[in-house]
This record gives sequence, structure tokens and C-alpha cells, in this order.
Amino acid sequence: MSRALWILAVLLSHWRRHPMQLATLLIGLISATALWSGVQALNQQARNAYDRAAATFGGARTAMLVGKDSATIPQKLFVDLRRAGWPVSPVMEGRVQIGGRSFRLLGIEPVTLPGEVGSAPAIGRGDLQSFVTPPGTMLVAPETLRDLGLTEGATPQANGTTLPPLRAQQQLVPGVLVVDIGIAQTILRMPGQVSRLLVGKSRAPHATLQSVAGDTLRLVAPDAESDLERLTDSFHLNLTAFGLLSFFVGLFIVNSAIGLAFEQRLPMLRTLRACGVSARMLNTVLVLELVSLAFVAGLIGLVCGYFIAAALLPDVAASLRGLYGAQIPGQLTLKGEWWLAGVAISILGALAAAAASLTKAIRMPVLVSAQPQAWQQAQRRWLVLQSAAALAVFAIAGGLIWLGDSLLAGFAVLAALMLGAALILPMLLELVLGFGERRARQPVSLWFWADSRQQLSGLSLALMALLLALAVNVGVSTMVESFNRTFLVWLDGRLASDVYINATSDTQATAIKAWLKDRPEVDAILPGGRADTQFGGVPIEVLGLPDHATYRDHWPLLEQTQNAWVRLRPGDTALISEQLSRRMKLGIGDRIEVPAPGGNWPLEIVGIYADYGNPKGQIAVNFAALTRRFPQTPLTRMGLRVAPEKIPPLIAALQDKFGLDDRSVADQATMKADSRRIFNRTFSVTAALNAFTLGVAGIALLTSLLTLANSRLPQLAPLWAIGLTRRRLAVIELLKTLSVALITALFALPLGLLVAWCLLAIVNVKAFGWRLPFHVFPLQLIQLLGIALAAALCAAALPVARLARMQPASLIRIFVNER
Amino acid sequence: MSGKAFSSEVGTGSREENASRHRGPITRRAFASGALALGASNRAFAQGFAGLGETADGFAAVTPGRPFSFPADHGPHPEFRIEWWYVTANLVDASGAAYGAQWTLFRQAMKAGAPVEGWANQQVWMGHAAVTSATTHRVGQALARGGVGQANVEATPFQAWIDAWEMRGRDGFDADKVAPVELKASAADFSYAFRLAAAHPLVLQGDRGYSRKSDRGQASYYYSQPYFTLSGRIVIDDRPIEVTGQAWMDREWSSQPLASDQTGWDWFSLHLPGDEKLMLYRLRQKDGRENLFGNWITPDGASREIAASDNSITPTATTEIDGRKLPTSWRVKLPAHKLDIETTPLNAKAWMGTSFPYWEGPVRFAGSHAGIGYLEMTGY
Amino acid sequence: MASENPPILSVTRLTKSYRAAGEEVAVLRGVNLAVARGESVALTGESGSGKSTLLHLIAGLDAADGGEIRLGETRLSDLGDAGRAELRRDRLGLVFQQFNLIPSLSVADNLAFQSRIAGRHDAAWHDELVERLGLGAFLKRYPEQLSGGQQQRVAIGRALAPKPLLLLADEPTGNLDEDTADDVLQLARDLVARTGCGFLMVTHSARLAATLDRQVTLHAGRVA
Repeated sequence: MSRALWILAVLLSHWRRHPMQLATLLIGLISATALWSGVQALNQQARNAYDRAAATFGGARTAMLVGKDSATIPQKLFVDLRRAGWPVSPVMEGRVQIGGRSFRLLGIEPVTLPGEVGSAPAIGRGDLQSFVTPPGTMLVAPETLRDLGLTEGATPQANGTTLPPLRAQQQLVPGVLVVDIGIAQTILRMPGQVSRLLVGKSRAPHATLQSVAGDTLRLVAPDAESDLERLTDSFHLNLTAFGLLSFFVGLFIVNSAIGLAFEQRLPMLRTLRACGVSARMLNTVLVLELVSLAFVAGLIGLVCGYFIAAALLPDVAASLRGLYGAQIPGQLTLKGEWWLAGVAISILGALAAAAASLTKAIRMPVLVSAQPQAWQQAQRRWLVLQSAAALAVFAIAGGLIWLGDSLLAGFAVLAALMLGAALILPMLLELVLGFGERRARQPVSLWFWADSRQQLSGLSLALMALLLALAVNVGVSTMVESFNRTFLVWLDGRLASDVYINATSDTQATAIKAWLKDRPEVDAILPGGRADTQFGGVPIEVLGLPDHATYRDHWPLLEQTQNAWVRLRPGDTALISEQLSRRMKLGIGDRIEVPAPGGNWPLEIVGIYADYGNPKGQIAVNFAALTRRFPQTPLTRMGLRVAPEKIPPLIAALQDKFGLDDRSVADQATMKADSRRIFNRTFSVTAALNAFTLGVAGIALLTSLLTLANSRLPQLAPLWAIGLTRRRLAVIELLKTLSVALITALFALPLGLLVAWCLLAIVNVKAFGWRLPFHVFPLQLIQLLGIALAAALCAAALPVARLARMQPASLIRIFVNER
Repeated sequence: MSGKAFSSEVGTGSREENASRHRGPITRRAFASGALALGASNRAFAQGFAGLGETADGFAAVTPGRPFSFPADHGPHPEFRIEWWYVTANLVDASGAAYGAQWTLFRQAMKAGAPVEGWANQQVWMGHAAVTSATTHRVGQALARGGVGQANVEATPFQAWIDAWEMRGRDGFDADKVAPVELKASAADFSYAFRLAAAHPLVLQGDRGYSRKSDRGQASYYYSQPYFTLSGRIVIDDRPIEVTGQAWMDREWSSQPLASDQTGWDWFSLHLPGDEKLMLYRLRQKDGRENLFGNWITPDGASREIAASDNSITPTATTEIDGRKLPTSWRVKLPAHKLDIETTPLNAKAWMGTSFPYWEGPVRFAGSHAGIGYLEMTGY
Repeated sequence: MASENPPILSVTRLTKSYRAAGEEVAVLRGVNLAVARGESVALTGESGSGKSTLLHLIAGLDAADGGEIRLGETRLSDLGDAGRAELRRDRLGLVFQQFNLIPSLSVADNLAFQSRIAGRHDAAWHDELVERLGLGAFLKRYPEQLSGGQQQRVAIGRALAPKPLLLLADEPTGNLDEDTADDVLQLARDLVARTGCGFLMVTHSARLAATLDRQVTLHAGRVA
């Protein structure tokens, strides 16, 4: 053992003399582990939250019965089914507004709630009575209580009634209010109705559904995956993809750092072998050294990963809330497995990155026997193999575009594109450099091209990293920019009113309307309203639009029939959101039946509109028709048309007169700013990871160049000897690096645009339900090109500066030693 | 403890079928202890029932001399805290093999007051069903809130139900006999459906239906129909078995039937030869003392309280179940009635092995008299 | 005399050939050689005569094709890689033309590490070596801060620190000027005498070879 420790000490002494190298190795390992485990932590956090949400009284994890054509089910069916042996439990669901914020109200029946539903709150013991007996108890997540600024026992107002006293319940999802079913029916004014029936896993005999409920109910089988999980898959795939990318780029760094260290330690290893260290012992200790370093780096990486995750969490949470309505707690909680997995991935990654060097060490003969001429042939063969693999991968990508019709296929196309591009990059560079070499006339420029070619094998991994990072960067920023542009135009049309009001109750809304009628500066009052129902088994929103020129002129439609707005008036037609149209494969002229309290509402689709960022499907109908069909619709929302200069005094007057706060009355500019802020956050995580990845790629390039710089001195020494100045040599070196980086970056641009196209046309459509128009932003591309070259310049500067400052004596020594 | 068991059941959702998973199926005795009182259970249990102040929280008190009226008294009495409809049956199939069956519906009010309709109703209902053979014992449980129709009892026409379990008056229902009725229950691994008839009217237990449970005033209203004859079918693991037999129904309601220092009891309902019936129970106290109560019912329907004096019931054999010793065989002596019998269980493992476990199953007896009956034991 | 002083090293009929450019080149064609305890032998011969190859085979750095090498009682051909490594570690000291010090270890650590790895570190002997080699002032320096002669002294010290049976040196003074070479060789001879181990040195310098007890000259793969 002490023998091994002595050998380890000898091996480690190398790092003491080369702290920069050690730093590079550690940085590589740390950044690989940090980004990967940071992303994992975020995903885990989100998944936990989905599980919590899914487990809240049988989300999709429990089988359930829903109305075939109606949003609610008569409570009598619950009793009938129970009496026929069905282990059902009723749930009433709706939305309530507290202080201008919308919450999901869930009414449950604790006595029949199936035991397997999961984290049903501990209502038990002495609390059942207070939970079910009016006024009841309203259970909320502690986060929600905090957000509301309320304490336990508070009884806020909502939907025109006083809510039951609040009580915090740890295992609840934020944004959900849980009450007894009876209490929920009262709050939502739906006596004798339930939203759905959860079906427990009873094996007791029971009558057929048909015989009890006729044709009115539909059994929805339980999903292993919750709706949220499915919806948010794309987002997490996206994060994971970035995490993986960073991980691999980090491993590129590790690979080059270890490669360099190995080259430099070759004589040491030979000496050790000559002094009686067996090959097995030496290899064991080499692995031991690597594992120890990876362990330390893994731990540091995990801590960094934790901070990355904690820093990104608010944005991730905001994105998930904005995009899918998913509630993620803002406090990062991590399981022990995460730490173990992080350290393991660090060690495995290090071993993988060091595999080539370790294999070399294992095969290393004690006696030096150089075979320099062989490498070129080997490189050639390798290039051909790699290119063939690249073509195969491209073929797969093509096939996936052709055949694939899922989110996963979309990401697979992306992965295949990137992998193929990375694989074919060396061949591409080889061709370009070879072309340059053939065109070169002067000896120095001939040497320039030839030597660049020879450098390729050492640089290609780093260049691949640069290519991937750049392509992802181009792709993502093109997508974000496309989105931004489309979104802003869309928002202008969508937020056409000048002032938006959300009254606290219908009564107040009536009073506000009356007051506004007498205000000369108000050009129009546009009432709005929204009802919730379900369509095809999933919840949708029904939006009421008043018949007013504002909408006709501004509301953006993607597709429409002639006179769509006029046809909307009678209340037998609807516009549907792009998401819904894609999901349900509905188009103009199709007829749908929307469940409404008074029976199904037949509607013809006369237009399709973009509804970016809405997790739910939506249809828009005439407002008057909406209030007829959904009499319970709160009439608290309205928009006003007001001349711009009169907006601030009007808002002030409204706030003063009706005690409305900032959330209840807002002008268009504020709303737009808020919406933009929310949507910017949506992509801020992507942008942050993007930047991280580019940074890591830069480090990879730097370390590769450092590695090369050392081993390249022997090639440079003869040039110096024949009369090139060190400065000239340095400039040539710099030019060489920049030229390969430029070729790589130029290749990254079309690849990035392809990536953007995939994101917009495949991934987004599958993930969010909307397709954005594809724009190319040349300025942005040039900017990225500049960044890439700057990164390459920075990376090349250090070794080149060293070369320029190198003592002639060192060059001589190299010249002599390496003969 | 039983109160906790029930309320935690309610709180974490019903798990109807498999009582072996349950934390607390309970017996009428536990139910009767008043500790089941939901909501107030812990408090009530902690304070005990030493005083007589229980009626102070709004429930009606049990007093002697109350006249009974049928069919009205077959329905619920929501002014009292707790109530049950309890049927046990001794069965035999074509080959002569013996079986037992149990059907129980408990009602408990979470708080006193005029009944409220809908989900705000104060009642919580619990059903227990079991089938016992010499080799197996199956249990099911159901829970429901009152007010919406999932469980209830109606006097006219008579029907008591929870989920798909029911006891329902049939054509020609005679309120004084509570017959004929049909009885159904089903769970994951068993079900049964019986028709019950009776040739004798029901009988009042205790002192004209006033059943004393302690020397300190705890009591219940208590009547029985011990004269049911029965035919029907039980299904165990999808195997149907046609059976006939005798059944016994107990009806009891109270606001506070047990004293807090009463730890459990051993209760017999025995079908004696010559259409005589014996209801007998021993209440055990913390201090080791015990009280014996019972009624001797003659074929003419006369029901007489048994004087506690030189009567005795003594365990003769025990069975170890879940690490507890249960006296599953007994010697019963009532010198005044020249009764001296030994009872043996059909299935000594008629055990509800749960966090609040109890024993309930059919027995046979021999000695001065021979016959069959039911035994229930709690607090072991 | 040979009978009362059995050889530490005996090489009999040793053959070795390499394949180069598709042709088999026989480097050693049956070499016989013996080194006795306390004896110093110079191995000379022109370039390509196989002297370095012979030394490498004796050191177990490469395997012979035929014949036998015995170190004390051990037959090298019986050993695998681990066994030969152990043999080098415990019984041999190696000194090469290029000094083969570990650049990241200090002089003191370079001196000590073979004996440490061998588990044969002897503090008194270590101190004596430091003193005899005149390295006392340089212990904390790194090899690159030493002159060639000093570096070779460290190499000799490292090789002798585990008190080997046999010291093998391949042109140990090839990179040194004449005076330094004489100094270093003198030191090596002294220390070999002090430890009583055998000493086999490859050199092409007849002058240096003459200072050893015996010279063996290789010619075309045989002892001339």
C-alpha cells in the first residue's frame, strides 16, 4: 500500500510543478460536473413538483370518470355508482381569484378518496370534522400562504364569498386550494355537481358503467406520466440537452488536459518502470490518481452545480409557470442520490476522457521506439471512418425528419445533426486545408497549410466542441429572436385595449362600468370574460370577445374565413387557438361541440389565432354568447379604449374611487412590459446555459491549444533555426488557429440555422403547439462569428505569447533533444 | 385508540375492501365506547366518560322507560351520537359445513344538531362485512358521509345501505318482526346475498330496551331480532356456496354507552334449543373487575335480564394471534337457568388483524345445552 | 577464484533479434558473460554491436529470444513483467546516459524514491550517499537546476540507494565532459566497492573502460 502511495506521490508531484495544467483538468471536470448536475438538480426539482401535483388527489395518476359531453357530472351519479359498487370519489375543480390572482380550487371528499391517490393531505384525526363541516378548512401550500401575504386562519374573499380559514399543508402544490367537496360546490356555485370522479383500485364486483350512467361518462385510464410531465418534457429535454452538451464539452477539456499531462509525464512513467514499478501497479496508480482528482473535482462541481441550479431556478420556475402553469417551489431540495450520481458521473467522465491516455500508458513500452511516419496514415484512415459515420448519422437525421412526428424525434434529429456535423468537421477542415496547401506557392505558406493539417488531429476535439457550442448558440438565439419578434407583433394586436380592469366582484364591475360611462375620455368599454370547460377530455378556456372594431382591426388571426368577425356575432361560430387546432387537428370550417352548463354548444370554426405561451387550449367566441351559455362567467374583466395622454389620470381616478390595486387595473404598456418580461424569462435559462456552453467550449479550445503548443515546439524550432523570427512564428501560429476557428465557425452558421429550423418547426410545435415563422438575423450571425474568433484569439493568445517570449535556449534545447 | 383508528381511516381515505390492510376496523363495542366520536374524539377520549356531562354537547341522553315504536325506531336517531344495525348469521351449506356471516352498519354524528342536508351533513357511516368458514375469514369495510345518499337508513320502506351493501325490507315487510329482509355485501374476495324471514317479533334487551352498561349511568337503547331464518348464497374467491341458517340482528343507539375505564368485552349471542335465545356479555374494567349483563329470551318473546350474581363466564382455551392471547373457548355457567356449556369457535382465527384488532366469529356450544351462536371479543 | 566467488550475473548463450523493415536482424548471437560480486566490468564495442541491447535484456526491460540470464539464483526468463519489475526494484540499479531523473521531484526525493518504492529505505545509507555524492547543498533543488554531472550523481545515488546486487549503467557519462565524467565514474566505482555489488557499464570510451576491473568487448553480437 505504502508502495502505491509513494508512486502516487511521484505522479502527483507533476501537478505541483504544473499547476496550470492541474487547474485546466479540474476546471474541465468541474464544469462538466457542475453544468450536468445543475441541470439534473433543476429537472429533479421540477419532477418532484410534478409528482406532488400529480399526487394531489389523483391528477392523471388515478383512473377517473369524466363527463362525455359536459364539463360537470351530476352528483347523483356519484351516489348511483357507489351503490352499484364503483369505488368512486368526487372531485370539484374550478378557479377562484384572491386579490386579483387566480388559484385552482380543488374540492375533495376525504372519506371516499382512494387510498392510493398518494399524498392526500393529512386531514385525518380530529380535523375531519373541521374540514367537512361548514365553513370548513382551506388547505394551501405554505408557499401560497406566503405569496398571499396571509397567515393561517385568515379568511380571504373570493368569487364574492368568504373562503374558509386557510391552513398550511406542506405536501400541497403551490397555487392549489383544497377544500371539502361541499365547500367547493358552494364557492363555485355549482351545487349538486362534480367535475370528475376518481376511481379507486377496488377489485370488488360492480355493475357496468353503461348500466349505471348510460352514455354520459367516459373512463379515463390512469397515466403513468402526469400531464405536466408530458407537457414539460420538451423543456426538460432542452435542459438535459444543454447539460449533456456542456458535459461533453467539459470532457473535451479533461481529455486534452490529461493528454497533455500524459505526454509530459511519459519520461517519468518510463523512469518509474525502469526503477521497478510494474506496469500493472503503475496503471492502477494512474487510475487511482485520476479517480481521486475526479472525486475532488466532482464534489466541487456538485457545489457549483448546486449554485447554478439555485441561480437558474427562479427563471426555470417562472418559465414552467408561464408556459405550462406548473408550480415549482423556489427552494432547491436535493436528494442524496443526486450527490452520488454527480460524483459518479464526474469519475466516469474522467475515466472516459482519459481512456485514450490510459490505454497508451498500459501499452507503453519501457524502451522508446519511435515510429513517426505511421501517424499520418492512421489519421487519414480515421478521418475517412469518421466521415462515413457522419454520413450515416446524417442519413438517420433525414429519416427522422421524414418519418418522425414526435418531440423525441425532433430532439433526435437535433442530436443527429450535431453529432454528424461534429464527426464530419475534421474531414471538412482537412479538405479546406488541403486545398489551401495545393494552392500555396511560397514555402512558408506551404508549410502554413501543411502544418495546420498536421495540427488537426490534436485540435479536432476542441474544434468539434467549438462547432457544437456555436451551432447551438446560433440555433437558440435565432429561435429566441424569431420568437421575440413574432411575439411583440402579436402582443401589439392582442393587447389592443389601452386600460385593463379586473374588478374584485361582479357588483364592483357593474359599478365601475356605470362610473366609466360618464367619463368622456373613455371611448369604449370592452367587457371580457373567460369560462373553463373541457374539450376532448382536456380542459380548455372559452374567451368572450365583444363585438367591437378594436378586435376586428387588431386581433391577429393566422387563418380566417371571410367576414370571420361578422360571423362571430350570432354566437354559433368560434375562433380557436393554434395549439388547440394542432392538438385536435381542427381547421377552418370544422364543427365542434363545446360542453356548457346548459348543454353542448355547437360551434363552427371560422378562424385560428396564435395564443403563444398558453398551456391550455382556447377558443374565442362572442362575449354576449359566452355569458348566455356560461351564465356563471365572472363579468369582472374589461378593457377600455382611452386616448394615451388621459390614461394615467383615469387609472389614478379608478384606483382612488374603487380601491383597485396595481394588479386589478393596468395600462397597456404595463401589461406588455409584464408579458415581455415573462417571456424573456422563458428563454433566459436557455440563454444562460448557452453562454455557459460557449464559455466551456472556449476553455476547451484554450487547453487544446496549450497542449498542442508544447508538443509543437519541436516543429517550430527548425523554422526558427532557418531564420524565422519568434515574432513571425507567433503571428503564423495565431493565423493558423484563427483560420481553423474561422472555418469551423463558418461551418457552424448553416448548422446553427438548421438547428433553429428544427427547434421552430419541429420541437416547438410538438412542445408548445405553436409554430413560429423562421427568420434569419444576419447581424446576429456576424456577431457570433466575431465572438467565436475572439474566443479562438483568446485561446490562442496565451500559447502564442509564450512562444514569442520563449528563450532561444529553450528552442535550442528542444532542437537538440528531440532530434 | 379506536377513535383514532376510525378517524384516521376517514382522514386518509377509505380503503374499503381489504380490512387486513386497515389500521382500524372496529367493533360495535369499540364504537359503543364513544371513543369513535369524530372530531372531538381525542378530546372526548382523553377526558373520558367519567362524568355524565356528555349530553352537554348537544346529544340526547339515554333514559329508562322510553317507549319503542316501529317502524320508526328502525330508522336512524340522529339526536344520539352513535347507532348501529348489526346482523350476525350462522350458516350451513348442503354438505353440512358451517359458515358465519356479519353485516354491520354504524352511524356516528360528528356533532349534534338538527340534520343538515348535503355534504354539510353531520353523519359518518361505516359498514363492516365478513364471511367466516372453518378455514378462512374475510373482511370488508366501507365508509361514507351522510347527507348525499351514499349511505343512510330509512324506516319506511325499510332500507339501510352503504355503497352497494344493503339491508332492505321485502314485500310484506312486517315492522314488528323486521322481516322479511334481504341482505347484501360484497368486497374484493367475497360477497353474499341472503333472504331473511322471522316468525317471532323482535325483542327488547335490557330493561324494556334500556340496556345498562355500567353502574355509573352509561346505557343504550337496545333491541334485537334473534329469530331470523336465512337462505342465500355466499361467494368466496368466485366460488358460490348455497347456504341456509339462523341470523340475529341487534339494534342499538346511544350517546355515551361505555365508561372510560371499561377496557373491552366478551359478547355472546346464542341460539339455544327450543327456540330460546341468550344474549350475554362481560364488560372488563381496567382494575380487573368485570360486570356481566344479559337477557334470556323465551320462545314466547319474553326477554328477562339476567341477574349478575352467581353467573360466570370463564375462558377455557386461548389462541395466539398476532402475538396476543385470545380466549377463543369459554365455559358459561348460569345456575339459575341450569345452563353450563362450553363454547368452541368455528374458526379460531376469525381475527381482524389490524392496528385496532378484534375477534368476531361463529361458535358452537355443548354441555347442558347445545347449539350455535356468535362471539365477539374486544380489548385484547 | 571464480569458484570461490560465484557470479552475481551470468549470461549464457544469449540471443536476440529484431525485425526491421521486414528483415530479421540478429543483434545478439550467443553472448556469454559473468559479473562477480564486487567486480566492475566495462562492456565495449562499436555502435550497433548490441551492448545496449544486452544491458536492457539484463535489466529485464526486454525479453531475450534464447539463452539464459541469471541474477543470483533467479532466472530472468522465469519471470513475468511484474516479477522483472520487482527484480529491477529490489536487486538492480540502473543509470542511463540521459539522466532519467523525475523532473517534478526534488533531488532528495529523486534519490530516495526507488528505495522507498522498494521498501528498502535506509536513512543512514541515504545520508552517506548524499555525503559521498556531494549533494548535500542541492537536496531541495529540482533536476533542471543542476548541472549534468550533478544530475548523473543523483541518478547513481538513486540506483544505489536500495543497495542493489548489480549496478547497470548505459553510457552514464556520455553527456558529460571528460573531467566530470572521470569524477562521476570514480564516485560510482567507490560506491560499488563500498556496497560490494557488481557493476556493468556500457561505454564506447576505451579510456573509461580501462579504469574498470575487466573489459568485455562485443562484436557483431558476440563477445570478441
